Amino acid sequence: MSDVAIAVEAAAKPRALSPTETAVELIDVNKWYGDFHVLRDINLKVMKGERIVVAGPSGSGKSTMIRCINRLEEHQTGKIIVDGTELTNDLRRIDVVRREVGMVFQHFNLFPHLTILENCTLAPIHVRKMPKREAEDVAMHYLKRVKIPEQAAKYPGQLSGGQQQRVAIARSLCMNPRVMLFDEPTSALDPEMIKEVLDVMVGLAMEGMTMICVTHEMGFARQVADRVVFMDGGQIVEQNDPVSFFENPQHERTKLFLSQILS
Amino acid sequence: MSTTSSAFVRGSFIESRRPPRTSVGVIGWARANLFSSLPNSILTLVAAAFIVWALTPLVRFTIIDAVWSGEDRAVCAKATGACWAYVKAYLPQFIYGRYPIDQRWRVDIVYALLALALVPMLIPRAPLKRLNAAFLLFAYPLIAFVLLTGGHIGFRGGWLPAWIVAPSPLRFFAEYALVAMVLLLVVGLLARIAGHPVAGSGRAAGIVLGAIGLLLLVVAADFGLEPVETSNWGGLLVTLVVAVTGMVASLPLGVLLALGRRSSMPIIRLASVIFIEVWRGVPLITVLFMASVMLPLFLPDGVTFDKLLRALIGVALFNAAYMAETIRGGLQAIPRGQYEAGMAVGLGYWQRMRLIVLPQALRLVIPGIVGSFISLFKDTTLVSIIGLFDFLGQIQASANDAKWASPVTGVTGYVFAATVFWAFCFAMSRYAAYTERRLNRGRRR
Repeated sequence: MSDVAIAVEAAAKPRALSPTETAVELIDVNKWYGDFHVLRDINLKVMKGERIVVAGPSGSGKSTMIRCINRLEEHQTGKIIVDGTELTNDLRRIDVVRREVGMVFQHFNLFPHLTILENCTLAPIHVRKMPKREAEDVAMHYLKRVKIPEQAAKYPGQLSGGQQQRVAIARSLCMNPRVMLFDEPTSALDPEMIKEVLDVMVGLAMEGMTMICVTHEMGFARQVADRVVFMDGGQIVEQNDPVSFFENPQHERTKLFLSQILS
Repeated sequence: MSTTSSAFVRGSFIESRRPPRTSVGVIGWARANLFSSLPNSILTLVAAAFIVWALTPLVRFTIIDAVWSGEDRAVCAKATGACWAYVKAYLPQFIYGRYPIDQRWRVDIVYALLALALVPMLIPRAPLKRLNAAFLLFAYPLIAFVLLTGGHIGFRGGWLPAWIVAPSPLRFFAEYALVAMVLLLVVGLLARIAGHPVAGSGRAAGIVLGAIGLLLLVVAADFGLEPVETSNWGGLLVTLVVAVTGMVASLPLGVLLALGRRSSMPIIRLASVIFIEVWRGVPLITVLFMASVMLPLFLPDGVTFDKLLRALIGVALFNAAYMAETIRGGLQAIPRGQYEAGMAVGLGYWQRMRLIVLPQALRLVIPGIVGSFISLFKDTTLVSIIGLFDFLGQIQASANDAKWASPVTGVTGYVFAATVFWAFCFAMSRYAAYTERRLNRGRRR
């Protein structure tokens, strides 16, 4: 794990941040699964270009929270505003938000019956109504970015986990999203493949992409994040810039978590 | 060579030699698979004896002792083998039923068009798949309908008062236009309520209603063809009409029902469940009886409904219910992550289903779908109980003809029917196996 941290550290450089516009805002968001209160009074404001890492023990609601941002999960009370659009039951608004928000999943979720290139061109062609030729150019551009253009004609099943996850990132980027959500993107990967995925994510962060990452990669958080959000029991327990968060955690729960994860 | 030393240096290379004769070729194969041990050898001999014992009478009956030509029952009266002369004499009836002889060219065109359109459809490398499929699914049924029935359906319309427009095709189409406009309004209203773009839904509904209108115009048009009652259809024609219509209609209906049963909307789900369970809980024979005997009782006086058409609808809906359950099995095998990935990139419900879920799900259930198709093809024989003469029914009817009645006529007919049914079903089965292999290549996880 320390190798990864070093690699990330080498790639990441501090960047002047001038937050002026809000990208994502959650106001008093609550969600229940039946009687179980999974999200409790969540308040989170993410500025354009900001990189947020969400950490916390499993079951703390961090995945549920980011899945609410593109409405894979529905919240019951509170407001979620993405790029100026408030998420309601209105399908048109949900479509607008999903077009502008990319998501990378723990288990990649590539479409196994389509080639890598088709995986990347599917949404631009059918959602953005982009001509096929143009969509393929865009897809090849991003496949080069994630360093696997030579795999374009293969099927997902023929690629390694790390390669599949990089394709998943390229697939999201092809929609030219304003915000990228990462839901534990490296948790299902072999240790030696984690680096290649993190490298791509660091590159994205350097270019100013607004990112919200649920991850256990503390090295990544330390070097790339503008802010670390720590969740437990469905609520935000503490949030701070990475240096303060790691060097000087305030809440007892945070201290316990960090002592366990960093030991 | 010394056996005490482990050191060894090869002096010359060994040339490649042939394997022993007993391990390759026919002998090798027989040794490995038929005579690998004493018990296996005995079993092989017993099985071979059984095959010879069972097949000899069949071969004698169908080939050696068979009567191949003749003009009437005289040639078959004393025969101990199949009376192929009878099959030859009746073949046109088996193929066309009682379709008027001078009009049979129309049936021939329908058969030929089906073959011409289907063969390139089934060859993966043939070009213009989309056009081909569109022809088969939309143009072909219409052409076949007009050719087989003669078209020129005399629509008269139903409810516009006669003092506005007299009963005539004009009244019918005026009524259709009114209904279509009302439907368009309703769709627009529903779209507005549900929050969909009104223009998009309106255009889609408009295209569907326009297409139906065009279809009605074509079947109402007079092409100068002599009308042929469906009661005169028979033989292979009826079998193929029932089977092909059943297959073509049950697949999309089954897909919709399967999606409906997994819908998040409770009313659609409930409706799908009720439809599926009702149709699956009733034997096909009951469905056909209901369609032919009961349905006319419920219809108002004067409204007649072609018997073949009623059977077609019954068969299609019955099989749609089975198809739905087969397809639902495939849908359930698609991981949740696939749906979510589709949502996350912004695809709508129908796009997700069409582009992501169904291609994967249908591929998984090809064996099940083909199984349904095969049983559907064989179930077409049941239409004979409501007085339609399908291939088997036509053969049975002809076997009683005094001109050819003989001890072997009936059996010959059944052997012929079995062979033809088997050929169709086996072809479907083999093609499905081929498709499965082709689609699986390089796409497995």
